[in-house]
Amino acid sequence: MDTTGTFWMPEGSSTIAGDVDALFYFILWASVFFFLLIVGISVYFIIKYRKRADRPNATSQVAYDVKLEVVWTLVPIILVFIVFVWGFNTFMKLQVVPRDALEIKVTGRQWMWVFDYPNGSNSLNELVVPVNQPIKLLMSSDDVIHSFYVPQFRIKQDVVPNRYTITWFEAKRTGKFDLYCAEFCGKGHSEMLGTVRVVSSDEYASFLEGGPAGEAPSGQSLVAQGKQLYSNRQCITCHSVDGSANVGPTFRNLFGHEVTLSDGSTVTVDENYLRESILNPQAKVTQGFQPVMPTFQGLINDRQLDALVAYLKSLSEVEQVESEQVTAE
Amino acid sequence: MSTETLSTAHGENKVNYLNAAHGIKSWLLTKDHKRIAILYLWSIMLMFLFGGLLALFLRLELLGPGPDLIQAKTYNQLFTLHGAIMIFMFIIPSVPAILGNFALPIQIGAKDVAFPRLNLASWYFYIIGSGLAVYAILAGSVDTGWTFYTPYSTQTTGAVITMVFAIFILGFSSIFTGLNFIATIHKLRAPGITWYKMPLFVWGIYATGIIQVLATPVLGITLVLLILERAFGIGIFDPAMGGDPVLFQHFFWFYSHPAVYIMILPGMGIISELVSTFSHRKIFGFKPIAYSSIAIAFLSFGVWGHHMFVSGQSQYATLIFSFLTFLVAIPSGVKMFNWVSTMYKGAITFETPMLFTLSFFFTFAIGGLTGIFLGATAVDVHVTDTYFVVAHFHYVMMGGTIMAFFGGLYYWWPKIWGRMYNEAWGQASALLVFVGFNFTFFPMFIMGTQGMPRRYFLYPEKYQILQVLSTGGSWILGLGLLIMAAVLLHAIKWGKKAGKNPWGALTLEWMVDSPPPPHNFEQIPTIEFGPYDHDKVLVEPDRAGAVT
Repeated sequence: MDTTGTFWMPEGSSTIAGDVDALFYFILWASVFFFLLIVGISVYFIIKYRKRADRPNATSQVAYDVKLEVVWTLVPIILVFIVFVWGFNTFMKLQVVPRDALEIKVTGRQWMWVFDYPNGSNSLNELVVPVNQPIKLLMSSDDVIHSFYVPQFRIKQDVVPNRYTITWFEAKRTGKFDLYCAEFCGKGHSEMLGTVRVVSSDEYASFLEGGPAGEAPSGQSLVAQGKQLYSNRQCITCHSVDGSANVGPTFRNLFGHEVTLSDGSTVTVDENYLRESILNPQAKVTQGFQPVMPTFQGLINDRQLDALVAYLKSLSEVEQVESEQVTAE
Repeated sequence: MSTETLSTAHGENKVNYLNAAHGIKSWLLTKDHKRIAILYLWSIMLMFLFGGLLALFLRLELLGPGPDLIQAKTYNQLFTLHGAIMIFMFIIPSVPAILGNFALPIQIGAKDVAFPRLNLASWYFYIIGSGLAVYAILAGSVDTGWTFYTPYSTQTTGAVITMVFAIFILGFSSIFTGLNFIATIHKLRAPGITWYKMPLFVWGIYATGIIQVLATPVLGITLVLLILERAFGIGIFDPAMGGDPVLFQHFFWFYSHPAVYIMILPGMGIISELVSTFSHRKIFGFKPIAYSSIAIAFLSFGVWGHHMFVSGQSQYATLIFSFLTFLVAIPSGVKMFNWVSTMYKGAITFETPMLFTLSFFFTFAIGGLTGIFLGATAVDVHVTDTYFVVAHFHYVMMGGTIMAFFGGLYYWWPKIWGRMYNEAWGQASALLVFVGFNFTFFPMFIMGTQGMPRRYFLYPEKYQILQVLSTGGSWILGLGLLIMAAVLLHAIKWGKKAGKNPWGALTLEWMVDSPPPPHNFEQIPTIEFGPYDHDKVLVEPDRAGAVT
């Protein structure tokens, strides 16, 4: 995915990026000029007018120069005025959404991103959009303030509870782009990461046809459906299936085993524990892990819960033995 | 003062403010502005040490991209404490309460400040506020960031109410100090010290006082509202209770942006003193420097919305805030050009205070210029809430105010204690602080433009090289500060005796003994020359304690 950016800027991958970067470099070079001017003159004075033994301490009278004062007041005023007008002009381009934009609803919640598409499907932490198409993001938060930030698109907009905010972009190429939460939102702030996956319009159409991501085609076994949910509902981000600890406990050998909770009590992982932990994750937190998992209430239906539970069972040796016995019979 | 005795009259020891009275009580009940400055000195520097160690620890954690030493919650608490301590308990009071308290009354030929009791009360408010803040840390701590943004701050656990109340109290300390200086400057100037014969440091503190008195109450009100919401569930900011979270940001920055100028204006005042003294040259453009301080003070009230370009505020508001933000940049630029021009045809010497002044030119120029990026709305969208902002405000606050503060501390140290510090070691500390500072914070500009958001406990691996550079820089910076502390502390006890005027400066505090007598002047001073008349008067530096 990454990057052919410069020393200062990551690759500009949206239509607006060029405009923002042009202003950025104008300010940069103007600043470098003034910085070198100030430092250069200072260094020159330091060397030239350093105190020497052959020169008296009392210095010659240097007349105050009003002209000079006016020049170094007016020149910066003119320059910052240019930057002001240029900056606001480009800012309005960032603010005014093109009419033909495709609208996608973004919801921030501690600590994940939910994307709702026009046809009713949704995705978590991965925004899928077609290339060369203006996308309008209508955003709000379920809890505290978040901020939707895609550096390569040069867009950032706070996501606020109880009101809508809007931003838009048009990606110039397909690929994956980092999405960050840029407004401090608590323990999981630095893990509230996502991806913007820019695809061709055909691919986008077929993505939408896939239905709400995770609603696996019927006809598959529950375990297979659960496995699919495991990756596209983003369990995979924090829970491994190979036994290694990540942000959350691994799913390997979890079902049927006893775990110690953060308050010291123990609980055996069964279907109801899993259900509670998905819908109300802060209720019983495994010892040694931070309570940072977002709730999936409203993002997952009962059938999907069944599938996930089935998948977790399949990852546990205890359960496997039992199911083998069942098959043997 | 009640215990003034004859024991100090023998030998070479004249009566000065340090030996005029003895015992703990003589300090805790003192009304002498110089002694209150010393009380502030020790307490504020203690908080600086605390905040600085937190910063070093945070940088250590960020050496690797994963969780290395602590958990996310602890990290969030530590950066909150670092910010809250450094801003409310160190930078805001540092220059006015320590150096202003010590030097300002003498500079205008006064015996003391206008309200000595209020001055002492401000220190007690500072102590109560800081003590409460320390208690808040022990009683559950705070993880909201120093900005306390709602609704996070109303929903998170921890001792938010205690911490917010502590800052509420600290606000009173700040208001008392500002009020006192405004009254002092208006009413207690010695005959002959007209507004234009007043040192620029005094102008800087005066402008600061205006902001302290006018803006701090708004912070107080905001914090009270926050406490009401958290403690009693009165919905003001939390949308779950029908409030508006963005309203908090307006209220908060209505104080906290002017507060940036509370922090920088006194520093600018110090730089005006130092650049003239060590260039041995009349300050270039006295009036532009003086009036630009006042201009900054007033303009500072109209720019708070530039913290909120991506918050969802109206575009019209953004338009106006952006415009005013560029305007407030101009007076700082004017000052910079005048300072540099002051060195023209001077006889420049490079004692430690001057090295900090030159560091200030370098780092504050970067801090100011990077502000232009943030004022330019379209660019701000990309770099706001990233490490770019973190770098920018450290260049302004540490590269600006604190560089000036350190310069001022070295400059007035011989006056405060009557003893010289070790010049070579002082210069070494200045050099290390300069190098370490730039290594710590310059990489953050690049991380920011590359998209690294601030307040991240974990970070993507592509930023690690720059993070490591930054952490390495923090060690150099830490070493520089350690040496500085050693140099200054060493001077108090073992430094060579300082004369009245070790720098050949022309402001009034250098005309009295070092350390100054309890009431500063034996009689009302007569003014023979202006504070920067280096073109008319030659005062040879006096480091031997001899009378000029």
